[in-house]
Amino acid sequence: MKEAFKGRVWKLGDDIDTDIIIPTQFLALKTVEDMKKYAFNPLRPELAAQIEPGDIIVAGKNFGCGSSREQAPEILAALKISCIIAKSYARIFYRNAFNNGLLLLENNELYDCCSEGDQVSVQLENSQVLLGEKSFEVASIPTDLLQMVEAGGLVPFMRKRNGK
Amino acid sequence: MGMTMGEKILARASGKDLVKPGEIITAKVDLCMSNDGTTHLNIDIFENQLKAEKVFDPKKVIFIVDHNVPSESAKTAQVHKKMRIFAQKHDIPFYEGTGVCHQIMIEDFVVPGQLVIAADSHTCSYGGLGAFGTGVGCTDFTSVMHTGEIWLMVPETLKFEIEGSFKAGVYARDLILKIIGDIGANGANYKIMEFGGPAVKKFTVDDRVVLCNMAVEAGAKTGLVEPDQIAIDYVTARGRHDMNLFTSDVDAVYEKTYQYNLDELEPMIAIPHCVDDVVGVTQIGEVKIDQGFIGSCNNGRIEELRAAAQILQGKKIDPYVKLLISPASKAVYLEALAEGLIDIFVESGAMVLNPNCSVCWGSCQGVIGEGETLISTGTRNFKGRAGHPNSSVYLASAATVAASALTGRITDPRGFVV
Repeated sequence: MKEAFKGRVWKLGDDIDTDIIIPTQFLALKTVEDMKKYAFNPLRPELAAQIEPGDIIVAGKNFGCGSSREQAPEILAALKISCIIAKSYARIFYRNAFNNGLLLLENNELYDCCSEGDQVSVQLENSQVLLGEKSFEVASIPTDLLQMVEAGGLVPFMRKRNGK
Repeated sequence: MGMTMGEKILARASGKDLVKPGEIITAKVDLCMSNDGTTHLNIDIFENQLKAEKVFDPKKVIFIVDHNVPSESAKTAQVHKKMRIFAQKHDIPFYEGTGVCHQIMIEDFVVPGQLVIAADSHTCSYGGLGAFGTGVGCTDFTSVMHTGEIWLMVPETLKFEIEGSFKAGVYARDLILKIIGDIGANGANYKIMEFGGPAVKKFTVDDRVVLCNMAVEAGAKTGLVEPDQIAIDYVTARGRHDMNLFTSDVDAVYEKTYQYNLDELEPMIAIPHCVDDVVGVTQIGEVKIDQGFIGSCNNGRIEELRAAAQILQGKKIDPYVKLLISPASKAVYLEALAEGLIDIFVESGAMVLNPNCSVCWGSCQGVIGEGETLISTGTRNFKGRAGHPNSSVYLASAATVAASALTGRITDPRGFVV
């Protein structure tokens, strides 16, 4: 896991649910690559095409609420979002995100201070997010979870550990 | 210091005498279940990535096809085929088209005191029988299916003390909508919602399931009701006798306690596009509808069908409204047939569908178009949940849906029931 990285902000609101992240009708598509074009389709259909690798999603409370569909974090990982920084997450989404190599950080203030298009810089070694001159603290993520994110998720991490 | 019933279930599952909120445990799972929403992904991980050979216990892994059944495309047929082949190969219980997965689990498998993990968010329904059910994604599920174990953090518990009794036309569905509206879509995030008090002690298992099923819509890890003779009778009548009756200690620690009185409750509606945006039916104003839906793991059981039939009996639905009704399981369907409810529905102009997730899942039946409005007994009203991104879903009780289908606009059912 890179200890420090920068990214452009896409700002989403509170209660971004899993049906918004990937609507039911696209779940039968064969691959995650096919599905990722429809990320956030009901809310902002143009967004998936605009997201570039390394971009950061900043959101309000309860990100990922709703169903247990793992395609939701999977497509965000496939869009190469470098991390999500939200006020809080729904619990099933939280587990699913780390299991799929998607880094989630939690901070209550950043959302209200940043604008879409801002550059923020994430420093994992001291658990800070920087926006211009301002810094925001995020809860530190245990090393083994960061290693899991770096490996691409739980299954690749287990295979790597087992030498398969 | 005592424990809540949820803590006791997790203590038993992890082989401990005592657990506390915040503690991380490795628990043995009593049952695990996956449906056609995501099982094809589990099988891929299991066979191709983990290269696993056996499930941990073929009697405790259950596959249920309920989300897109009967299949509406070659793609979903392929998913079902994959599940069928895997289930046959591993000799595990397999259901296809027999009902919504949680209803089948409650009818055929769950007993009080169990820990049940399933790859579906509404697994929290099993609290209606005093079992701890919680939903996970397909990666966690695959690991459970392979090892029979899962790590879990012990959550804090919120207590909901319910007293009074429902007025005519008001149901458990209205109560849970009211609670979610009050505490918010993340008001119980990560926590256990324990429902109790004198009113809940008299609730049927169906009504207890209605409460626990939607705990996840407030973010909860599970919903629970203390098991008693009503729960025991339900499972023993279905031939299951081995169970653990965990109840909360008098000195158990709750993060917070909420009080509700059913005497004061009116029919409630969740308006688009959040489950916690809830108003009383008397505040809803004029809302025209295009479709009604009665069914789902929340509200497709016999008691809800009876409530709808009472309103629809001898009447015709609005000619420009569709009403779709899907009993939650084969057993519920047969009961409804025996009671003559299906005749009432068909004669009223409703379409009766096979037991499945149906309109609530928004993919295979009754998908709504641009600008259309659905009133539903389903679990969610997220933007685009039932079809077109620019459509609207209102959530209400089966009685409110039935009354609304008659008039073509959202209607207070209290004028239709005695």
